[in-house]
Amino acid sequence: MVLAKDPFNVIIGGVGGQGNVVASQILGQTLVDKGYVITIGETYGASQRGGAVMSHLRVSAENPCSPLISEGQCDLLVSLEPVEGLRVLGSYGNPGVITLTNTRPIFPMGVISGEVPYPEISEIIDKIRQLSSAVWVIHATEIALEMGDPIYSNMVMLGALSTIGALPIDRKGFQLSISELLPSQRLIDNLKAFDRGAEAVERL
Amino acid sequence: MSLITQDAPGRTVLLMGNEAIARGALEAGAKVFAAYPGNPSSEIAGSLSSAADVLNFHVEWSVNEKVAMEVVAAASFSGLRALCSMKQNGLNVAADFLLNLNLTGCRGGLVVVVADDPGGISSTNEEDSRIFAKLSDLPLLEPATFQEAKDMTRWAFTLSEDLELPVMLRSVTRLSHARGNVQLDALPRSEPKAHFETSRPRLAFPPVPCHKVLHQKLDRARAMVESSPYNFYKGPEKPEVLIITSGSGWMYSLETVSTLKLQDRVGLLKLSITWPLPRNLLLKHLKQADAILFVEEVDPFLENNVKELFAQHCMDIGLKRFYGKATGTVPSFGEITPEIVTSALGSLLKVSHEPRPAEYAEKAREAMTGLVPARALGFCAGCPHRATYWAIKRALALDGRDGFLRGDIGCYGLGMGPSGFFQMKTIHAMGSGAGLAAGFGQLERFGLTQPVLAVCGDSTFYHAAMPALVSARYNSSNFLLLLLDNSATAMTGFQPHPGTGRTATGKEAPRVDLKAIGEALGARVEVADPFDLNGTTEAILRLLQQREGVKALILRRECALLRSKKQKKLYTMDVDQGRCLGETCGCNRLCTRVFKCPGLRWDSATGKAGIDEAICTGCGVCAEICPATAIKKEVA
Repeated sequence: MVLAKDPFNVIIGGVGGQGNVVASQILGQTLVDKGYVITIGETYGASQRGGAVMSHLRVSAENPCSPLISEGQCDLLVSLEPVEGLRVLGSYGNPGVITLTNTRPIFPMGVISGEVPYPEISEIIDKIRQLSSAVWVIHATEIALEMGDPIYSNMVMLGALSTIGALPIDRKGFQLSISELLPSQRLIDNLKAFDRGAEAVERL
Repeated sequence: MSLITQDAPGRTVLLMGNEAIARGALEAGAKVFAAYPGNPSSEIAGSLSSAADVLNFHVEWSVNEKVAMEVVAAASFSGLRALCSMKQNGLNVAADFLLNLNLTGCRGGLVVVVADDPGGISSTNEEDSRIFAKLSDLPLLEPATFQEAKDMTRWAFTLSEDLELPVMLRSVTRLSHARGNVQLDALPRSEPKAHFETSRPRLAFPPVPCHKVLHQKLDRARAMVESSPYNFYKGPEKPEVLIITSGSGWMYSLETVSTLKLQDRVGLLKLSITWPLPRNLLLKHLKQADAILFVEEVDPFLENNVKELFAQHCMDIGLKRFYGKATGTVPSFGEITPEIVTSALGSLLKVSHEPRPAEYAEKAREAMTGLVPARALGFCAGCPHRATYWAIKRALALDGRDGFLRGDIGCYGLGMGPSGFFQMKTIHAMGSGAGLAAGFGQLERFGLTQPVLAVCGDSTFYHAAMPALVSARYNSSNFLLLLLDNSATAMTGFQPHPGTGRTATGKEAPRVDLKAIGEALGARVEVADPFDLNGTTEAILRLLQQREGVKALILRRECALLRSKKQKKLYTMDVDQGRCLGETCGCNRLCTRVFKCPGLRWDSATGKAGIDEAICTGCGVCAEICPATAIKKEVA
């Protein structure tokens, strides 16, 4: 598979604690093993503390890139949380962007305290559709909760990502990176989460 | 598991900048590593901790950065290669030793890695540590790519041994906390023997002759950097604009030139050794261009040093226009972004750039501002600090003397914001809450009637707060120090510290007991559990009202993130919808509006509180604050 663009710019957006960094690392190593040059910039200074988190992952056949994607230059958005997807599109979206999003919200403190509303999921997805060339959705947190731990959501998302055809990746490559980078006692569950994601993703 | 210890020369792996630095040191055969955790530097030593036995090296979390630097200097004096790493603030702590170490020089290659944090993404400041290299007359390396981070670290050891000087390697967040391809080289299997040559004492005395020798070494370094392949030029022979850049500025500049298609008009002089300056290389390229733009983070270090060089040689190289922080072409604070470089270059060369269709941009921004709520930082669900601040707030209110909390940096610094109920009123350096308290505790004779209360983390206590306690006791100050003992250096990635009973490599270690230290220093020390809201409130109030002396209250409860890795929820939480009176309760939504744990949610449809089972960690604290006792906890 040839990259649609070089560099091909991926942003993984979410909230601190959702496993954003791990997801970007696994995706990155999988692509490195395929021979690509990867650059990942991560905003996770305050990642565990409820902040919005982004990984900028840049895929090139030849060259390292800067660790930050410029305004309007995201080609593929993987959003672990719905409004975070919209936040990323606000700055980095463009008419060609492909979006894969989780549907489960994590409420910001201002929403919990009742100062600001959290929009209806349908309204968020609708806006994301207006701002993307293609949209895929997955109930990743629900699948992870069914498996007993929300921590698997990021693996569910990677599984979903593996089937939408936007990147030259497959299960075999992921399996190698997951087994190399994550604790071995979780390997079976991580792969199960990955497979469930691959099955459950839906194109809108 | 880490990829950095793979003995697989030629393999390309994805490494974080910090891992690349650590790998470079392993490839150089470094034997001793010491650090104090601080982002964005923490993973340099952190990534090595699992490999120390296999590859036979020593790695430690030292109590602070000065000790870390002293520990690695000892290794160097004994002929071993060694590396210490720290964040920018850490270099301030270690600077006293560094500005003596430069005078004594070193033997085994000694590399001081400082990871700066432009934009203060995980810091209280965005200090540019490069000035310390100039101040201490030491060579300064600034790798710009992941591969350079590894290769230049390895080379830094050779340079250090050639010059018999420590070498400073400066990283920034966008290198340290970013990832990219790195091709590995071989890991050496040398087993050097440590020995201190007593015939070669390391005495920073007498200062003037030592200073003279230091300058001679720096002159030698100057000759070496002229021919280094890490400094290079890319661009036309006579560019309209010459960009002089280092570190993170290189990739942003390179990409901008390509995006704006300015390859024929703009030249890039990339310096990866920025002190001493490669004077001849700079003069050669300065001659070729009339307009010079500096792209660097954070301070105008290159900008000012190059201007100084220009002033010395302007008769030979002609007039120049310099653009950078002095002209406002590039902001003099905050991190550099690709947009900043695009705008700077666009304005100099009158090139316009539309990153995406204007209509789309407007629609996207509108959707973002209209629908996306801000995400304020706050304590994690189940964090003991939230409970602690709740107790602090209550105790200060009950005390009624307008008391306030002094603090410092760490997760608990979020006590300045909504999830700590805005309790913390001072934040500066590590341990400064305790030091300020020691000072406030002297002000009663000048009319200060507010009770003096400070907070500091467990790791911070060992790092920087102990001297404040000693001084306070000696000078009869009067305050209460709350020691938030969550069994980890949580903010930076849960590194162990002297109180945890574990070393950097996970081995058992003697526990340096907080309570015993406090008592030995003459403080009255008590221990409480922050999850016991009433007990903690009562203890704070009681100790605040004791007028004389230094008091310490240890609030002991493991970090929620650590706890969740090891054990299941303590309690299953639920809101009894029959008991929750919602808007009619009169509590004005105390649980969600004020306490604000992310594990709680407010259902606007039913007008009642609930629990988010995906987020709640089952600490049980919110059950104590609900006036209607609607929040139920059941042992899980």
